[in-house]
Amino acid sequence: MSVIEVSELRKSYGGRAVVDGVSFSVEEGEIFGVLGPNGAGKTTTVECVEGLRVPDAGRVRVTGLDPVADHEQVARVLGAQLQQSELQAKLTVREALELYASFYPHPADWRPLAERLGLTDRLTTRFGKLSGGQKQRLFIALALIGNPRVVVLDELTTGLDPRARRDTWQLIEDVRAGGVTVLLVTHFMEEAQRLCDRIAVIDKGRIAALDTPQGLIRRSAGATVISFTPSAPLDEHDLNALPEVASVAYKDGRVTLSGTDATVNAVITLLARHHITAHQLRVSDATLDDAFLDLTEAAA
Amino acid sequence: MNTPVVDGAVLRTEIRLFGREPGAIFWILLFPTLLLVILGSIPSFRQPDDSLGGLRLVDTYVPITVLLGMILGGLQGMPQVLTGYRERGILRRMSTTPVRPIALLTAHMAVFAGAALVSALLALLVGRLAFHVRLPKQPLGYAVALVPAVLVALALGSVVSALSRTTKIAGAVGSAVLFPMMFCAGLWVPVQAMPDLMARIVGYTPFGAAAQALNQAAGGDWPGWTHLAVLAVWTVLLTAGAARWFRWE
Repeated sequence: MSVIEVSELRKSYGGRAVVDGVSFSVEEGEIFGVLGPNGAGKTTTVECVEGLRVPDAGRVRVTGLDPVADHEQVARVLGAQLQQSELQAKLTVREALELYASFYPHPADWRPLAERLGLTDRLTTRFGKLSGGQKQRLFIALALIGNPRVVVLDELTTGLDPRARRDTWQLIEDVRAGGVTVLLVTHFMEEAQRLCDRIAVIDKGRIAALDTPQGLIRRSAGATVISFTPSAPLDEHDLNALPEVASVAYKDGRVTLSGTDATVNAVITLLARHHITAHQLRVSDATLDDAFLDLTEAAA
Repeated sequence: MNTPVVDGAVLRTEIRLFGREPGAIFWILLFPTLLLVILGSIPSFRQPDDSLGGLRLVDTYVPITVLLGMILGGLQGMPQVLTGYRERGILRRMSTTPVRPIALLTAHMAVFAGAALVSALLALLVGRLAFHVRLPKQPLGYAVALVPAVLVALALGSVVSALSRTTKIAGAVGSAVLFPMMFCAGLWVPVQAMPDLMARIVGYTPFGAAAQALNQAAGGDWPGWTHLAVLAVWTVLLTAGAARWFRWE
């Protein structure tokens, strides 16, 4: 069953279409990523899901309900971490957790949540005195405090140090293991690659691609990167003529090619034919980073 | 379907937060009474004055200090807090919960109204104990004048907050309105000592009307309907304006 359904969503500001016909659906227990360059319309899209914005056109449903018309019912089952928000400066962490817990019919116990997010020694600290990372962790706790069925996280790990980031990823994986559906807006490819089951790449208000992380990487032209230092010079024409080659770079005696598995085999054959040895041969899969740049540049 | 606009937990939180604002506590709760004590310590303020109908200046300053807490809180405290709640995304964060963000606004307003009333009672009490200023002879009438005075202060503060995009603007607008309002309440010249025409004009302003209504009730009369009507009209107009102009983001 689809927990989140978005179809043909449109939203403009001052005549400029920020979201221009976005459709996707998120299944129960799925971690769904929304990726895209700055200003692509990611945040506006998820704000429509949260009921913070009213779409100009299109349909948004969360557990079958309209986030605007049935705002309260949706708010009970949806936990949100917003990209930019604050709390009262003099409210302590503990008071914030208790206050937000009181808003929900069946809240989670805030103590274990605070512990998992490393907030236990900050419970009596006022919000205004928290560091950026601590504020971020508190907002993640607040997103989860209502025992939601759906969590929307906008730039989950921004401002977190590498350890806190990894702990948070683990937390999200655990939350999902409990059957919670996660909608994740992110800038970090590593985060998307590790967490997401599927990713929608949004560019200029439209979905440029929607696939699994591996699927997105495979789609990109230079999915496999081969680099080596040949024992004797190679003809660049031969390299460019290789099957399915996407790019060739010859620099300081080192060759870097991108292409597919077919390219790899062809390179090995070519080298064998010319009795050339490939020193420091490296073959690596392209990352989601490469795929992302490929997808969003293609649309540019 | 619709959640209530007041939430107990939010209200308790706002009360607790008010207790952490020494500035607000001083200006709203203590300053008006402190001013009364300072003025009352001047010997000439304690001499009966024929031009005031035999009242002493300190007698006329009690209603003014009663209103002062509302004016200071309504124009300097509340709008900046409410605008800050919007500006810093606190209302937005609350919009994603089952409790409506208006609950945060009403809670803060309730805290402010409570503080203004406590401030008023403190001024009355200290006036009585320290300077033998008679408690209002018409207590019910006094209360009837006091309540719309608090409401008009709330409405005025809400309009300032609604019209101000940032906390800084709210502070500036609040200060600009603050001085005329304090003048109308009689802080520089008590309404009783104003020239007739001026008193009449001032009587059409929210706090001029409130001051005159309080004076009447203090003297034992029922507050005049004109004054109460002026207060009611201002409250309705300002509330409508605030509701119309307030932006959640």
